[in-house]
Amino acid sequence: MTIALSILVDGVAYGMILFMISVGLSVTMGLMRIVNLAHGGFALLGGAFAHVLTVWYSVPFIAALAISVTAVTFLAIPLERLVYRRIYRFGELEQVLATIGIVFVVIAGVNLFLGSTLLPIRMPPEVSSPVDIGFKVLPLHRIIVILAGLAVVAALYLLVEQTRFGIYLRAAVDNQDTAASLGINTSKVYLAAFALGAALAAIGGILGAELLPIEAYYPLRYMVLFLIVVAVGGLGSIVGSFLAALSLGILDTAGRYLLPDMGTIFFFLAITALLAVRPNGLLVKPS
Amino acid sequence: MSRESTIDNVRTSLPIAKTHWPLVFLTLGACAAFLLFPYDLGFMTRILIMMVFVISFDLILGYAGIATLGHAAMYGCGAYAAGLFAVHISPDPLLGLASGAAMGALIAFVSGLLLMRAHGLSLLMLSIAVTMVLQEIASKARDVTGGADGLTGISMGPILGVFEFDFIGKTAYWYAFCALFVILALLRILVASPFGLALRGIKDSSSRMRAIGTPVYWRKVTAYVIAGAIAGIAGALSAQITSLVSVEVFNFALSAEVMVMLVLGGSGRLYGALIGTLVFMTVHHVAASIDPFNWLFAIGFMVLGIVFFLPDGLISLPKRIRRMIGAVR
Amino acid sequence: MTAGLQIKNLSKNFGGLQVARDISVDLPTGARAALIGPNGAGKTTFANLVIGALQPSAGSIHLDGKDISSLSEAARVRAGIAKTFQITNLFRHLTVRDNLRLPVLERERRTSRLFGRYDDDEAIEDEIERLLSDFRLIELADQEVRSLAYGQQRLVELALSLALKPRILILDEPAAGVPSSDSHLVIDAIKRLPADLTVLVIEHDMKLVFEVASRIIVLVNGGILVEGAPNEISSDPSVRELYLGAGHA
Repeated sequence: MTIALSILVDGVAYGMILFMISVGLSVTMGLMRIVNLAHGGFALLGGAFAHVLTVWYSVPFIAALAISVTAVTFLAIPLERLVYRRIYRFGELEQVLATIGIVFVVIAGVNLFLGSTLLPIRMPPEVSSPVDIGFKVLPLHRIIVILAGLAVVAALYLLVEQTRFGIYLRAAVDNQDTAASLGINTSKVYLAAFALGAALAAIGGILGAELLPIEAYYPLRYMVLFLIVVAVGGLGSIVGSFLAALSLGILDTAGRYLLPDMGTIFFFLAITALLAVRPNGLLVKPS
Repeated sequence: MSRESTIDNVRTSLPIAKTHWPLVFLTLGACAAFLLFPYDLGFMTRILIMMVFVISFDLILGYAGIATLGHAAMYGCGAYAAGLFAVHISPDPLLGLASGAAMGALIAFVSGLLLMRAHGLSLLMLSIAVTMVLQEIASKARDVTGGADGLTGISMGPILGVFEFDFIGKTAYWYAFCALFVILALLRILVASPFGLALRGIKDSSSRMRAIGTPVYWRKVTAYVIAGAIAGIAGALSAQITSLVSVEVFNFALSAEVMVMLVLGGSGRLYGALIGTLVFMTVHHVAASIDPFNWLFAIGFMVLGIVFFLPDGLISLPKRIRRMIGAVR
Repeated sequence: MTAGLQIKNLSKNFGGLQVARDISVDLPTGARAALIGPNGAGKTTFANLVIGALQPSAGSIHLDGKDISSLSEAARVRAGIAKTFQITNLFRHLTVRDNLRLPVLERERRTSRLFGRYDDDEAIEDEIERLLSDFRLIELADQEVRSLAYGQQRLVELALSLALKPRILILDEPAAGVPSSDSHLVIDAIKRLPADLTVLVIEHDMKLVFEVASRIIVLVNGGILVEGAPNEISSDPSVRELYLGAGHA
């Protein structure tokens, strides 16, 4: 029972991190029909900024979070305008290569300024303290992560379902030619979605640093994990990404708890089986 | 793949090999390198092994148009097979190569039955996942593979009972060269066969191939198995020559680098794979010796440069230059 | 046993939607038939049922007396049914010659051969040359297909299907997208098809249909409205209403 609860809490927290980092990737991949292997770079950059701010300059955590996420967002905008726009038009293979190239450059850049060691983010000491929620004692960090994840889900839901941008976004994901013919400026929708995805990835990278430690090779190390969330959730589906991230988070955590030796094998075998049966994602039945 | 506006080589589409210049150049180049850089034999042997590996990837990506990010799976299995074969069964190098090829082919067949049904992102993910599973198995099965410490204790007998492996690696160099030469010669025959043409047909339009009655899936599985056997040989060569197999043979970076090397040189021509491997490995080597921490910059910008400015690889460079000169006149 | 293609009571339902209703067609060997009808009449569905891309809900298809209803798409190709594509589906990066070579090699069961050059069989090379000259493609033979004008690609599309030596050839809008100045190329090529080949043309372009077909089948809402010789069809009041009345003149 305790183990089941631990798996659930850790798995859900882990899933929330995966969701925050991957949802932008899913939306951009669904929207622009591109294979983007470089998305984890935004999580790394967010984490690296937060490391510099909290450790070098002792900026309070919340302020560091805000500054880092803003910085990543403003890095993403010129990157989309100057580089990604051209990548959208590439074939799949060239997209894979171009984004691998970007990953290498990001890794080398972080490596150049900060080295290849672990880049811890200093959080207020209370965060790591345990909290008694009545029937169980949990680290506050997990609770914060889960709450932040839920807040992101709620905010995204409101954004996509209730705002004009959301309508444009859904129209463009559905069929960009139709969207363009309806007078929607798809180029601006792309930019906004890309920047938003980068910002969310930065939040996920910073909040998730305890689970997925920040270091230069981060985007390469966890690339597969993020892409698997997207592939399992189905391209462009926010709900799919959420369900996929949560189930993969719980699955991976359960594997680690219950089969410590075989956890990763179990995880990837499960993914392999799932993708073999549902090549277009959890929610899409094969035609 | 889909940007055709940049090319106008409509009359020279992949002519099937009528000359033996690539084999001659390869031989002359290998001899020249042997004489010019006698102190870099180890590095040059690594290049030859990597050429075997990349050329096997050309068969599935360049000819059949199957983009995977898990080619290291077959390389790694070949390496472990050859390593274990040498430790437990026989130190004979050629039998070891055969065991590597067999294991590479077997893994390619088993995983190919699944992978060759998938496309696009699913295929990329599945091929990565297969490699990850193999890496986990290799690092967990410590009793067999040595786990994270790697498989050691590989010692090689003389090749054909005559040529002993020497300390400075002369034998290893020519051994790897001969393997590459034979494989290149065989692949040149293969791509000029009806099967080779069918692979190019599948790359261009698998739906039309199906409509003319070709069992596309089985053709792809066959190509994957052949490529897997060759990748297995590459892994076996590396295990035999370095006397070590580590779980890093399954690294994602290796699969990605193979793709980069192939596209760098130019895919679908076999010799493009050789040029790409040579240039990539040399840049890697030089950049890493100048600045061991930041060679990834060089690699990253090289990849971006190729994709943005030379999408058909280095082998299209002469044509590009000729066109530019023509445009200036 | 009857030669040619016999289709009896063919029906297809998608859920509750009936897209083919009790279609019976008899095409004797060498027939030149055309299938016409408004958009959404079920022409492409019908073609897909015949080639085996779709499985019928009811009915049977016989080729030269043999029931092929349960055969797969690939098996039907081998049995002698070929179809051209509405939007050309060619090997764009291969030469015209190699585009014709692939179906010939496949028909001869050679594409599994790993050794021996693909161009070393003289009988096959001769056959490819004949196809090239029949379709007036000799001069373009060594060009990549993607460099050809669309009308020429249409000819390759036809030649590629014919290279399978089918007994039944279904042409799905063979002139779609071809500028009218070039459509005579396609029409001439269809007229020159071997006399013992059974041809079914699916088409919008009435000019083409009346030039090549000796029998016309009009399909509406998944079922046959009327069937007959061109002059009967052009004078049939229901067809006139359907086409001319709807402003299709």
